[in-house]
Amino acid sequence: MPLMLEIATPAKLAATETVDEVVIPGAEGYFGVLPGHAPLLATVGIGALTYRTGGREHHLAMFGGFAEVRSDKVIILADIAERPDEIDRARAERARERAEARLAGRMGEIDYTRALAAFLRAIARLMVANRGTG
Amino acid sequence: MATLRDIQRRIRSVQSTQKITRAMKLVAAAKLRRAQERIVSARPYATKMAELLGNLMSASSGDGAPHPLLQGREGPRRQIVIITADKGLAGAFNSNIIRRALELIRSSSAADVTLVVVGRKARDFYRRRPWTIKRDMIGFWDRLAYDHARELADFFIQQYLDNEVDEVDLLYNEFRSVAVQRPVRQQLLPIPKAEQGTEAAAVDYIYEPGPDVILGDLLPRHVRMQVYRALMESLAGEYGARMTAMEAATKNAEEMIDVLTIQYNKARQEKITKELLDIVGGAEALRQGAEA
Repeated sequence: MPLMLEIATPAKLAATETVDEVVIPGAEGYFGVLPGHAPLLATVGIGALTYRTGGREHHLAMFGGFAEVRSDKVIILADIAERPDEIDRARAERARERAEARLAGRMGEIDYTRALAAFLRAIARLMVANRGTG
Repeated sequence: MATLRDIQRRIRSVQSTQKITRAMKLVAAAKLRRAQERIVSARPYATKMAELLGNLMSASSGDGAPHPLLQGREGPRRQIVIITADKGLAGAFNSNIIRRALELIRSSSAADVTLVVVGRKARDFYRRRPWTIKRDMIGFWDRLAYDHARELADFFIQQYLDNEVDEVDLLYNEFRSVAVQRPVRQQLLPIPKAEQGTEAAAVDYIYEPGPDVILGDLLPRHVRMQVYRALMESLAGEYGARMTAMEAATKNAEEMIDVLTIQYNKARQEKITKELLDIVGGAEALRQGAEA
């Protein structure tokens, strides 16, 4: 019994697929969902979502949202979901360097949180872009 | 009496106006289609969000104070968000909202009201009036995105949490159909009870983290979505209104051209008749001269 995966963003339905497994970047760490998972409601953090269907892996960059698992259906409500071909790798690379430089310097707490978020976003994009369309 | 040339000139002028109104109608129709598609694409997200909200509300209710965005305050300070288009030529689309806003504003005392104006028409109208404009947003309609809604929503949320306002209301045109847009007022903050959940069948979820934390994450997104929906409705409504207005203008131009054409024909006929009479009269005079 496979899993149904639905990824909805305010702009569009980013994916509806039958999948074998989903790995979700939860706000408190990555977790995998296989068929038969117990009902779950979790917040999604910044990171790469991966789903496997017929031995092929697909990746999407996530930047916050929610995940609901219920009777072999996974629904992701994401603010944004970016496919590898939608990501500008050079730009993400520059953003990473900028954020890294900022994190290395001294700063207040708000700036730190902001720089950290920028850093995580850049990393998520690069991760998805480098793994390719898969 | 207008000369033939005058009438012809007027016909040509009305024809070129008609060309413009017809083109505007076609453009509005194309844009309307895209705006409607956008509303449809946002629906799965909005529906699921409402369902989750209902579930979380029932899961987290009970102990502890409700989330600040849900908590009403007995205060008079009201922020009114007036959403219009940047451009006119859309019938009563903008003036309906501006008029509704005036009624609403006048129902509270001036010191308690602050405004946020979205769209050039609302800004231009209220800029010259005595109320405080906290923020405006113009010139973005052609590239409306969720980010615009997020920016606005986060501004409202911040003010509400900072205890600067006690209520935030949206005022916008709701898209009913191509021909019908209805001005509506929607309370954005505090989040009204009615929106706090289509009571979903209570599913026994594992919450990760706890339901209250998830709810705290969800509520701002709910507010953003409400703002986004209002913006999308208004945009679709604007194109619908413009389409209808331009359709009517094109028809009026058609009628005007018909009337002018009849006038032209009559004038031409009269001219020919007069010329004929002149010729006949002249010939008659010549004949009588020859007979004499």
